[in-house]
Amino acid sequence: MQIRIGGVENIVDKSENSAKTTGGYSVKRGLAEMLRGGVIMDVVNAEQAKIAEDAGAVAVMALERVPADIRRDGGVARMSDPVLIEGIQKAVTIPVMAKARIGHFAEAQILQELQVDYIDESEVLTPADEAHHIDKWKFTVPFVCGATNLGEALRRISEGAAMIRSKGEAGTGNVVEAVRHLRSIVGDIRKLTQADSAEIYAWAKTLQAPVDLVREVAEVGTLPVPLFCAGGLATPADASLVMQLGAEAVFVGSGIFKSSDPPKRARAIVEATAHFREPGILVNVSRNLGVPMVGIEMDNLEVRLSDRGW
Amino acid sequence: MALQGDFLNHADTLRRLSVETVLVKTPADLDVDGIVIPGGESTTMSMLLKSSGLYAPLNDLLRNGMPALGTCAGMILMAKSVTDGRPDQVTLDAIDIAVRRNGFGRQVASFETELNVSGIKGGPMKAVFIRAPVVVKVAEDVEVLARVLYNFADSSERSVPVVCRQEKVIVSSFHPELVGEDRLHQLFLRLL
Repeated sequence: MQIRIGGVENIVDKSENSAKTTGGYSVKRGLAEMLRGGVIMDVVNAEQAKIAEDAGAVAVMALERVPADIRRDGGVARMSDPVLIEGIQKAVTIPVMAKARIGHFAEAQILQELQVDYIDESEVLTPADEAHHIDKWKFTVPFVCGATNLGEALRRISEGAAMIRSKGEAGTGNVVEAVRHLRSIVGDIRKLTQADSAEIYAWAKTLQAPVDLVREVAEVGTLPVPLFCAGGLATPADASLVMQLGAEAVFVGSGIFKSSDPPKRARAIVEATAHFREPGILVNVSRNLGVPMVGIEMDNLEVRLSDRGW
Repeated sequence: MALQGDFLNHADTLRRLSVETVLVKTPADLDVDGIVIPGGESTTMSMLLKSSGLYAPLNDLLRNGMPALGTCAGMILMAKSVTDGRPDQVTLDAIDIAVRRNGFGRQVASFETELNVSGIKGGPMKAVFIRAPVVVKVAEDVEVLARVLYNFADSSERSVPVVCRQEKVIVSSFHPELVGEDRLHQLFLRLL
């Protein structure tokens, strides 16, 4: 077939009409790949979403309260009101993610109907099911899930998660738990690559994860999906730290909008994530950011969100 | 260009073709023979292009004919004009096409298919489109190497260009680097 476009003869064949498949694993994981090296910011309304996009966020996460407020106010934390999510979708052009409760597949169905770009099945919200996570293979929209160790990450991937993030301890402004989780996941992957074929079965038993996935990780040396970091990040240096430890992108929740100058801090964390190995740039972007969120020590926590998830 | 996005997938693809690669993050990294602009978030990359000081020297290099390959966000950044972008979004204006950001829709509409690309042998190419840009206009001297017939949200079925080339610049709406496909990279390498 010959088509004339703009005066130039172009030979184009019938493959333009080949079948098109949505919701496949390459497409789901593909969006996570696109977010690498970027910052995903928690926002509760359209105004915050605009600030995040202006600062260079690669995506925003819509939720009804930032984790620090959930921690302070208590009560059951649920999916956002659709009106808020739609307002955020209208306000920005970057991908919009939203949180559903662990196991709450009906919230996930609603979020898919709203055409959010990613669903975070998140321990930050109050779990809806104490034994089961959502069967994420049933959805067209991709899912991200939190993990504290390699076994948990692989269980979520076996359920269909197309991106894994460390859980950290959301709403604390304290990066120590995110570092623990990241080191645990990356460290176990490193050890796993040294295992012989018989040891793979013992690893699968210890990790409580499917043996095929364990074998794949041992052979390739990485998770089969991107590994991002979340939970307690508050400064450009925090972003640099976790990127150097092997995170491929970062989520920042309360750390931005609980600080004294959100636009400036957001921008600084974006720069720090892109240039995480450049101390000169990190010095420049860390200057005069105002007061960071106060933060909480782990020993003073009443609720550990990272214990949620099975 | 390694400011944000899936640049490591491109670097791996090029390494498999025995090409020496440099992760370009600042002007000091620009001692290269050609550049690949990866998939990712074009608004973020646009901001980082300015703040890193890469924009002006990269613009000069492209204007002087440096070969370039851009996928998805890379297509957006090299296009002459962009609709549905941010007003402050920069373009490198390296290929005379107009694109619409997220023109196929949101993530639930992201799709994969198989396409023949004109001039590329060995059968159809697996093509993954992620919130991909749509080419809405091409200049007379831009070659269209592949097209997709797509049923858009306004219920009109249209055939749109998805791989374009003008002199030493090749752009695609989809991501060969995500699926181990290296034939578009080989085409780019022949321009060096």
